[in-house]
Amino acid sequence: MKRFWAWGALIIGLLYFILPLIGMTNFSLKMRRGVYSFDAYAKVLADTRFQETFTYSVTLALLTILVGVFLVVPTAYWVRLKLPFLRPYVEFVTLLPLVIPAIVVVFGYIRLYNTSSWLPLTGTALGTDVLLVAGYTMLALPYMYRAVDTGLRTIDVTTLTEAAQSLGAGWFTIITRIILPNVLVAVLSGAFLTFAIVIGEFTMAALLNRPAFGPYMQVLGANRAYEPAALAVIAFAITWGCLGLIQLVSRFQKSAQRPV
Amino acid sequence: MSFLTLTHLQKSFGSVKVVHDFNMTIDKGEFVSFLGPSGCGKTTVLRMIAGFEIPTGGTIEIAGKDQTHLRPNQRNIGMVFQAYALFPNMNVFDNVAFGLKVAGKPKNEIESRVKEMLKLIHLEHLADRYPYQMSGGQQQRVALARALAPKPEVLLLDEPLSALDAKIRVSLREEIRQIQRHLGITTVFVTHDQEEALSISDRIVVMNGGKADQIGTAPEIYNRPATRFVANFVGTLNVIEATLVNGATGVVKIGEELVSLPQPVSGKADGQSISVAFRPEAAMVAGPATGPAALTGTVMSSNFLGSVMRTKVDVGGNIISFDIFNHPSALRPKAGETLSLTLQKDGLMVLGD
Amino acid sequence: MTSPNPPTGPFPARRMRLPFHWLGILPFAVFVLLFLIMPTMKIVIGAFQRPDGSFTFQNIGNLFTPSILAAYGISIRISMASAFFGCLIGFGTAAAVVLGGLPRAIRGPLMTFSGVASNFAGVPLAFAFLATLGPVGFITVFLQTELGINLRMLGFNLLSFWGLTLTYLFFQIPLMILIITPALDGLKKEWREAASILGATNAQYWRMVALPILTPAILGTFALLFANAFGAVATAIALTGSSLSIVPILLFAQIRGDVLGDPHLGYALAFGMIAVTGVANTVYIWLRARSERWMR
Repeated sequence: MKRFWAWGALIIGLLYFILPLIGMTNFSLKMRRGVYSFDAYAKVLADTRFQETFTYSVTLALLTILVGVFLVVPTAYWVRLKLPFLRPYVEFVTLLPLVIPAIVVVFGYIRLYNTSSWLPLTGTALGTDVLLVAGYTMLALPYMYRAVDTGLRTIDVTTLTEAAQSLGAGWFTIITRIILPNVLVAVLSGAFLTFAIVIGEFTMAALLNRPAFGPYMQVLGANRAYEPAALAVIAFAITWGCLGLIQLVSRFQKSAQRPV
Repeated sequence: MSFLTLTHLQKSFGSVKVVHDFNMTIDKGEFVSFLGPSGCGKTTVLRMIAGFEIPTGGTIEIAGKDQTHLRPNQRNIGMVFQAYALFPNMNVFDNVAFGLKVAGKPKNEIESRVKEMLKLIHLEHLADRYPYQMSGGQQQRVALARALAPKPEVLLLDEPLSALDAKIRVSLREEIRQIQRHLGITTVFVTHDQEEALSISDRIVVMNGGKADQIGTAPEIYNRPATRFVANFVGTLNVIEATLVNGATGVVKIGEELVSLPQPVSGKADGQSISVAFRPEAAMVAGPATGPAALTGTVMSSNFLGSVMRTKVDVGGNIISFDIFNHPSALRPKAGETLSLTLQKDGLMVLGD
Repeated sequence: MTSPNPPTGPFPARRMRLPFHWLGILPFAVFVLLFLIMPTMKIVIGAFQRPDGSFTFQNIGNLFTPSILAAYGISIRISMASAFFGCLIGFGTAAAVVLGGLPRAIRGPLMTFSGVASNFAGVPLAFAFLATLGPVGFITVFLQTELGINLRMLGFNLLSFWGLTLTYLFFQIPLMILIITPALDGLKKEWREAASILGATNAQYWRMVALPILTPAILGTFALLFANAFGAVATAIALTGSSLSIVPILLFAQIRGDVLGDPHLGYALAFGMIAVTGVANTVYIWLRARSERWMR
């Protein structure tokens, strides 16, 4: 009886999650009347706006990953090594972006860094891009920090550092040659997740008025019928790809850690 | 009078048979230990008594009532687990009171029973503590009180001491035994530690490969092991090769010495070689007071252990361990010396397989 | 650092090390201050200022109009409902997989799918639901043409409270599964066995042992799911355009300069959002402290 209910619930759950995916896929293939075709995809992929915004978002995602890694890895390492009493506070700060809505943060950016302020970042395209990357870094911070901190927990930071120091290594060498390789899988997991978050992000990009993929999708959605569904399928595939890569690298680590 | 009866108990997980035909009767108030290496089936038998596993075959009876297919919460059994099985969200009082609460006992009865139990384990002063605030030994005492509070008919102890420090382990096992005697509760104790089993049990079941190899009191198990496995698993055992001179009278030739065994030897022809086993304490350094030497060999090592010196001698390829009692003028053999040993005849055993 | 000369004594070395220690987190602290704390503070302070910078409660007072209050009301209700059902369904699913009832083999795929689905929010998610349950979505059409059921006539509208809640659940449920599964793994088999041998039924075990132990994790996830739904802008805008008046959409329009036209009312709107998620999290922290007395 218990099994029956469990299975029943599972099937309803599966339907709930699969039907929208079938729905969007189905819709995306129906552009040509009466037959299934890839017309919507062809149309989307050929759109120069798509190519521009997609390239822009990928670039920003990569920059965000870079900034995030260089911000989070040394900090998490340093806190674990030298300032362990600060750990709960730093953790609290990294969780704040989950609590403060992104739309509030970006509103703050617009008011704080406008053209008449002390740091007029929104005055130029480049400045706005810097602001957007900073905002994305904040959005990804909870995930990135947790991934890296969990990765650091599995290695003995203090012993590794002291061993490296006793061999004459400096801080730069320690972080780039000892710590980073050891938490590489954690960093990669955080990076892929960051990529998945940034690539389709809408709110910050729209309000900062940058030509990103998220706003492009939204505009297309308001004006077209079949292309948005094709975009949704593409976006879903990207998300799935990022999460799949996370699985892949963590499996790789497991096999690498197996005793020889 | 048998109280807990296990008849033809069997358990398979898939195609793997973990327990083969286990039979045993345990008397009311008896303390029985299941002793064996990991994977021997001792824990599975215990879990079948508790009701966590349903036997593939056979029956379990307590006080004449069939329990085989009752759920754990329908049986009247108390159990102490290996470690950390206290509910972390409850303090000591609530942990001990749990069984009484779910049984719907009135509040004042719960209170007096819990107080009684805490007094029994000498932890009345820690009633408000949470598990994380206590040492492992204290936690296991609370676990014992929790198991005993609903007045179970049978107490099951699943390696309750294995996660504790050596010193606490000894003192707690004595405390458990004392409480068990005081309450007169029928108890089954599972352990892989032979010293634990030997020291506190009325009877010991030595298990191997899903079967009981031998059931008996501690001296029986130790002095007259029924199988080679039991002899090897319980205590240290020395084995030497001898020649059977006369099977009917039990006379064998060890080295150049004729020795008569405590019992006759069957199944071997005279003149064949047989294995003779003995405990370290059956061997002594040969001297004027001990009689003729049976064995002569080279000292390999001699380790000072306090009250004794554990000495190892190589006798024709067989390593013999024995103890020399320590006193200021005791002999201290050095590696490489030649040493002659004499054997106590009633300590010699011929092992079946 | 790796100075070739050993320090002359412990004292100067220690004095040198203290500022150096703190230097290590300076980049992080500056970054967070510039791009998280200060922007948020700007909003908070702005909500209590007149255009000339003087202090006032007027902006907050201006929030208390029927339309804005209604927007907060529906936002809070959608967030509550999607967090509640997300917790409930996610917990049930995770419990069924972790504690048996469902085969363990589906655990891996379930976790991977949850990872994907919890991140499949925003614009594409809205498209997926429009293509499925929207006016011309394939389920809507299927029910209409094959079974003669008109969802609209039955009162279902994707661009409504329940429609939005249903859509949000697509990322809320997987998020709950992701967070609560490790917590369920932390329930020791011995606790269940100890409870059962002490005479407890399965329901008693859950009520007296398992749920109290899981309460902090469940509360925390609820607060997180609430904030997650409350701040969700992209899904709502892509799904409803601006036809449903919820706070994030209102604020979005305000920032874009479409409506209202009073920047300080924008501050107040945003401050209201922080206040709501802030209160949700304070309640969570308070409840957690109460339910976690037994923890280290």
